[in-house]
Formats: sequence, structure tokens, C-alpha cells
Amino acid sequence: MMTQTFRTHTPEETHEVGEEIGRQLQSGDVVALIGDLGVGKTCLTQGIARGVGLDPDQVVNSPSYILINEYAGRTPIYHIDLYRLQRLEEIVDLGLEEYLEGDGICVIEWADRMEKLLPENYIQIRMAGEDEFTRTIEVRAVGSR
Amino acid sequence: MNILGIDTSCDETAAAVVADGRQVRSNIISSQIDLHAEYGGIVPELASRKHVESINYIIDQAIREADATFAELEAIAVTNRPGLIGALLVGVAAAKSLAYCYDLPLLGINHIEGHIYANFMAHEDLPFPHICLTVSGGHTLLVEVREGWKYEILGTTQDDAAGEAYDKVAQYLGLGFPGGKIIDDLAKNGDSTAIDFPRPMLDRDDYQFSFSGLKTAVRYFVDRAKAAGTLPPIEDIAASFQAAVVEVLVQKTIRAAKAKNAKAINLTGGVAANSQLRQSMCEAGAEIGAKVYYPPIQLCTDNGAMIAGVAYHKYQNGIRDGLDLNAAPTGSIV
Repeated sequence: MMTQTFRTHTPEETHEVGEEIGRQLQSGDVVALIGDLGVGKTCLTQGIARGVGLDPDQVVNSPSYILINEYAGRTPIYHIDLYRLQRLEEIVDLGLEEYLEGDGICVIEWADRMEKLLPENYIQIRMAGEDEFTRTIEVRAVGSR
Repeated sequence: MNILGIDTSCDETAAAVVADGRQVRSNIISSQIDLHAEYGGIVPELASRKHVESINYIIDQAIREADATFAELEAIAVTNRPGLIGALLVGVAAAKSLAYCYDLPLLGINHIEGHIYANFMAHEDLPFPHICLTVSGGHTLLVEVREGWKYEILGTTQDDAAGEAYDKVAQYLGLGFPGGKIIDDLAKNGDSTAIDFPRPMLDRDDYQFSFSGLKTAVRYFVDRAKAAGTLPPIEDIAASFQAAVVEVLVQKTIRAAKAKNAKAINLTGGVAANSQLRQSMCEAGAEIGAKVYYPPIQLCTDNGAMIAGVAYHKYQNGIRDGLDLNAAPTGSIV
């Protein structure tokens, strides 16, 4: 199982790491983001979306309230955020299967809340803040990919 | 002319009957009634299923409270974009069924247009052009609104919405939900100059917003202060955070009003209920001769009345949708 770790010191660097990850993603990939409030999950996702080929003019904002945002990159991007969903039943009710089993790329913030619902193969990214500016980003392939 | 307006774009299941685009005959919002008691059974908090379980009841309630009948309706309006697709589809399916059954015209409405329109329902004298700031849990959007409801989008948040920053900061501080109201109340007894939190994007010569960095700044300030044993009173943190949010929102809105020679400022969305935002915006507006309008709370949050209101104008302009109307997760107002 391959793990790659990045250390960043600014939101711009986090964005760049996201872009690099995004360039390597393929249609059907699921990215599970895990990390506390304010560690840069949305920032990393903005980079991933660019890496997947989203138009630079397209704003990628936080889906915390609306739960799912959809974008058209070289493949569809589904930006999912479980921040407001505390209970597993609420996540089940969201009906994420269609997104997870579709041809697009799913990026899921607070994915630790739906561990049991994640597919067999996915990319897990753990983010942590060492201090106000330094972030560690640990990328790991779960399953066979 | 009576229009039934339905909105299921996010958490709320909402329906309303509005006469002639402005007279709200009923305005039913799911979170404001006790569905468990009225409807029976378990209603999930946040899910499309919740809309399925409550939509018929909410529509029925809207008709009854308006003391109306389906036969009196002349059109059905429904939010069909943008929003959570599974949630939107419930409202759209209900609206299509009613339009088909009662042979009524159907209109699909953009949710954001509803928010922008909400102030006009309460204030007929709302002049054009005006600058509209829509601030809620999901939106932070600055728009110039010209005669005939023509829009130019000036700016939007690049990450978190203002209301979302309130909720996340409140949760991090252990204050609970809804964060906007709790922080607003605490801030009244706090020193807004106690902590110099960043004013994101205020120095930029545009109308874009960003609140994610501010949220992170509060988090790390609290962590550091706790570790050092120098945590100031929670009221001071609330007041200082609120001062940063309000300053950015007000200054960018005023800047836009000046640049566009706007006669008024239209403040809407759930955060428009914030007392400090209202007060600061009114003071700053008075300095440049722009009157500030904000709607009553039941028109600030997500509701069906604003959707019926927008639909009235579209109907007058001959706009109709077919029974093939679909929902979409995205959709700009221009």
C-alpha cells in the first residue's frame, strides 16, 4: 500500500498539492478527505478540481450547507461535504450511491463519517495542522488501486 | 392572481400562497412547525426523504392557511435550481403533479432570484438600480439589480459562505446551533476590538469574498490562547469575529453601491437577520445616501413565498415551463 506525504506552509501550496493529485485522478475515483476544521480540505479540493481540468474561472466553494456541488471538469466532479451530517442514517438518506458508482470523480470532505459506505477502492487523504500555517497531507490508496 | 410557490432546495420544505406577487397569504416553512407532532412518525433532519415525507403536508397547510383552494390558484411555481438535486426533485415532482392535475401553468424558478426578490415583497418602494447582498449559510453574493429585475453578478464567496463561517466558528467555540444568532447575541456584550482578526479580501479591489481563512484564524487564536491560559471572554471573541465579517460585507457592498450609483441596498438571506450587519449597513448606507432594506425574518430564510413572487413577474412576461421541467444542481441568475 503506497502512502505519500506532503508538507505545505500556505494555502497556495496546499492548492498545488491538490492540483497534482487532481491530474492523476481518473473517472470513477473516490477521494475521501479526513481532517479537522480549518486544515484546508476545501482548499485542497479547489486544487484537485483544477487538476481535473475545471475552468479556472469557475469558483469552487464550500458545499457544507448545500451538501453536494457538481462541476464539469474533464470528467464530472462531485464535491461532497458531510460536515452537517452527524448520523450515518442521514448520510445513507443522501443517496450517495449514484455519485460513488458513477463515472465522475467524488471528493468527500469529512469522509470518516461514512467509512462503512465507502467503496472497496478509494484514495484516502488525511490532513492535519501542525500550527496555524503548516499542514501535513497524507495520501494513501485504499484497496487495489 | 394567486400563485403557489414551493421551495425544497436545501433543508427546508416550504410552500406559500402569494397574491399578485406581493401579498403573502400563507408562508409555511418546515422547521417552523412541529412536524413530528402534526404529521406523526420520524422525520429525518437533513435529507431528501424528509422532503418526500413532509411536502404534501406543507402544501396542504399553505393552501389551508391562505384560506384558499386549488381551484383559486392560477399558477404553480417551484425552485428548480440551484440546490441539492435529490431535494429539488421532490419539489419539482410535486409542482408538476399539481400543474398537471389542476391544468395550471408551471414555472421553474432560480432560488437566488427568490432571495433577491424577497425584499420587494415587504418594500414596494425598493428602487432600481440597487445593490443586493444575499448572505446565508450557503450563499454570499453581491449583485447589481437593474429595472426589470436584470442582474449583474459582482462577486461571490470563493470558499465558505458568511453564514457557514458563523456556524463553524460557533461550533468550534462549543456554542451550538444556529451559530449566527448565538454569536450575534454574545457579541452585544463583547469588545469588538479585543482581537484583531483578519478582514479577508478587503484590500482587494474587487467584490469577491472569502471567509475560510477567517474561520481558521479564529480556530488557531483560540487554540493558542487556551494553551497559554490567556483565553479572553467568549463575548470578546464573538464580537471580534463578527466585526471582521460585518466590516468586509459592509465595505464591499458600499463600494459597489458607490461604483454603480445605486440608490439602495437590498440585504437578504438568513444572515440579513444579524443585528450588527443591519446596523452597520444602515449607518454606512446613510453616509452615501443609499437606503438599506431588509425583509422580515420569514422572508429572509428559505421560503416558498419569494418563489411565488418571482414567478408572478415571469408569468406577466409570458414565461411558462412545460411538464418536462427538470431540476439542476447549478444555475446562475444571469
